[in-house]
Amino acid sequence: MRIPYYPGCTLSTKAKGFDRAARDSFAALGIELAELKMWNCCGATFPLSRDNLLDLSGPVRNLAAAAAESDKLAVACSTCFNVLKRSNLVMRNDEEKRERINFFIEAEYAGTVEVLHLLEILRDQVGWENLSKAVKKPLTGLKVAPYYGCMFLRPPKEMGFDDHENPQILENYLRALGAEVAEYPHRAECCGNYIVAFDLDATKEMSYMILASTRRAGADLVVTSCPLCQFNLDRWQGDLTMKRGGFRPIPVLYDTQLLGIALGLDASAFDLDRHYVDPRPVLREKGLL
Amino acid sequence: MTDATPITRVLIIGAGIAGIQAALDIANSGYEVVLVDKEPSIGGRMLQLSETFPTLDCAQCIMTPRTVEAGHHERIRLMTYSEVLAIEGEIGHFTATIQHKAASVNWDLCTGCGLCQEKCPAKVSSPFDRGIAKRKAIYTLSPQAVPNKPIIDRESCTWYTKGKCRLCEKVCPVHAIDYEQQSSTTQVEVGAIILATGYELYGLENLGEYGYGEIPDVVDGLAFERLLSASGPTSGKVRRPSDGKEPKEVVFVQCAGSRAPETAMPYCSKICCMYTAKHAMLYKHRVHDGNAYVFYIDIRAAGKRYEEFYHRAAEEDRVLFIRGKVARVFREGDKVVVWGADTLSGETVEIAADMVVLATAMVPRAETKALAQMLGIPTNEYGFLLPADDNMAPVETARPGVFLAGAATSPKDIPETVAQASGAAAKVLSLFAQWSGVPQAMQALAEAEAL
Amino acid sequence: MRIRLSAEKVHNDFIRKVEDMSGQDLLKCYQCGECSAGCPAAFAMDLLPSQVIRFLQLGEQETVLKSKTIWLCAACQQCYTRCPKGVDLSRIMEAVRDLLMQEQGDKIVIEKLPAEVLAEFPQQAFISGFRKYTA
Repeated sequence: MRIPYYPGCTLSTKAKGFDRAARDSFAALGIELAELKMWNCCGATFPLSRDNLLDLSGPVRNLAAAAAESDKLAVACSTCFNVLKRSNLVMRNDEEKRERINFFIEAEYAGTVEVLHLLEILRDQVGWENLSKAVKKPLTGLKVAPYYGCMFLRPPKEMGFDDHENPQILENYLRALGAEVAEYPHRAECCGNYIVAFDLDATKEMSYMILASTRRAGADLVVTSCPLCQFNLDRWQGDLTMKRGGFRPIPVLYDTQLLGIALGLDASAFDLDRHYVDPRPVLREKGLL
Repeated sequence: MTDATPITRVLIIGAGIAGIQAALDIANSGYEVVLVDKEPSIGGRMLQLSETFPTLDCAQCIMTPRTVEAGHHERIRLMTYSEVLAIEGEIGHFTATIQHKAASVNWDLCTGCGLCQEKCPAKVSSPFDRGIAKRKAIYTLSPQAVPNKPIIDRESCTWYTKGKCRLCEKVCPVHAIDYEQQSSTTQVEVGAIILATGYELYGLENLGEYGYGEIPDVVDGLAFERLLSASGPTSGKVRRPSDGKEPKEVVFVQCAGSRAPETAMPYCSKICCMYTAKHAMLYKHRVHDGNAYVFYIDIRAAGKRYEEFYHRAAEEDRVLFIRGKVARVFREGDKVVVWGADTLSGETVEIAADMVVLATAMVPRAETKALAQMLGIPTNEYGFLLPADDNMAPVETARPGVFLAGAATSPKDIPETVAQASGAAAKVLSLFAQWSGVPQAMQALAEAEAL
Repeated sequence: MRIRLSAEKVHNDFIRKVEDMSGQDLLKCYQCGECSAGCPAAFAMDLLPSQVIRFLQLGEQETVLKSKTIWLCAACQQCYTRCPKGVDLSRIMEAVRDLLMQEQGDKIVIEKLPAEVLAEFPQQAFISGFRKYTA
């Protein structure tokens, strides 16, 4: 199977490990994630002012490029997924905006592409059972806290493929890989997102609440599918340790990195060494590295 | 219009306080009543309550005289554990087919001794106790049930499900158990019908942000009533469902599922502000060192002495009212954490509670819709029965001879329900009076006296 | 000082623009506070999210424009997801930000970002930051 793939800017630069793990893992499952020949930045945030058509044209150009190749577009990053999916809905449902944007970007895109998150593809095209069968190194003994963040699930009317108050897709994914799921209440609370550029202290506080909760739930590591979530959760743990006694740093991995490891692939290309909180000790301890 | 004289007998569907009040009004005026309820005994929701607002009267104490009177009245024919299957005809001449579900107990022989219930080994979650306690497979709803005859819930009875046991049969001193009993049907001829099928509460399974009903210590208002009730599963001691401990911090969440056109029911459920204030007060009366917090959007206390009741909760019982709708309730350890806001002070609020009580919206029972369709009565978009006119004809329907009373038409409190029931009864009595020649008789009497 | 309410003040031009840009009817909000209760950044805000709408309902946009709150909104959409009236508060926040920046300039100055920040932060943070904090 071959699906056009949109990596996004961060996966092409600061989060190469996320991207590499995605491509390698999916290849091992028989799915070629074929990078779009031409793509641009999605904008990293869906424009919320109704008259902001310029910020919509960026993501739509990617959809138009995908439409030339297929009716599907695979996305790894939850934020890109959010922007592309919501922009796609505008092109489908809003005739006036569709015309103006198409005019501006010189395309004729009508919302025909289906934007799919990699986890959706695993759930719907591969299936959890088949995924389990493909696992070479089950993540036995590893207790993982699934972190959804916001972009994946909200707003439910537009993103709607999992229950936003009780999502299960990451849980099912983790169990298919043989891991134990750490249940904690803050898996869909915001990590801070771009506030990190405006109020670092607030961001640290938001991330801390999530991380401390994962530790209380007995997690060995956290898994996420958004590079900004990964950064916000991973980067400041040194500070948090200093400020709050008792908090033990917890590694934050991308979902595809865990996937690659479970599929028995060579994890050296996954940039595990570039995380701020090193995930390798706990992975070695569980015999996964 | 048929030549036959219209029948001065009424069919009342639903034997809660509305149905019982109407039944007594009509029976005490000399006419026959057929009173049907799907539960094994009569009394409806009031029997689940602990004390009623604003007087804090014991619900069972004010209900039992009514249920007993209705149960013994020579002109009231009780049909409990029964459902109306079909209704044909028109005003003055309705024929109703009523199914009597198989109780598996011969009620003519049963003396109500209760031994079967005591000895039955099968326990199952009790809907009457809203899932916070268990009942036996053979059961009556309460020790004061009218009629005080048990039924066997065939879905939880080990004999029906696994072919074992039959202990109740062994212990019954009058051999009243009859496992082969079949359901039966009766047809009754009536001249008028009153629908008084009451309410259900908006299901917790719809409230994702409050835990989907899966957190044991997050319960709805009726479940809390069962905890508070002296005849309830904890004999009125406030104990939380998960571990039986006495909760010291209880949070009451208003508008759970109401006033929310986008996410749940759009309407205000009218009684929750009052019953929540009551719950908080009764909790404080029982747990003197407990803390009660009520998260509200607006306090609706429009009835007689309701405003004073609310002030009493705050001033005498020291309930803390916080203005802000709760966004989230989740478990953390053995606590239930509540995320709310106090819009008046401008602060977000977090409470690590021991227990949370959700004031959920009143909704019509599922069976009401089917009954409405059977009778050709319109319902509104939420399933509540529609009267002929909300303002000027609230107890009549578009169908002549069919009347409404109680919470099946819209959320309401007990005084309103009783008044509506008497209103519906009066409409029926007016018909019956005309049909039994009373106006002619009075006219004749007046003419005779004038001579 | 009392706020002086009048027809001109309450539904003034700025408010009209906010409604138009956000596509939201401010009077739909009945101030229940659920958005504030669930907002992950509210703890760091001066005005509560629901208070932002309240001041706009009163035509008192000055208070909103001076607040830190509108810059701390992470567009996580939790408010909109839970609002019982379906008001998209994140769109209102964006409209206010956009209008303010059009008048007063960008909130963050790209040239002034420290080198370590530029080196470390993922692209995503810059791009969404620029989109939200510049006009």
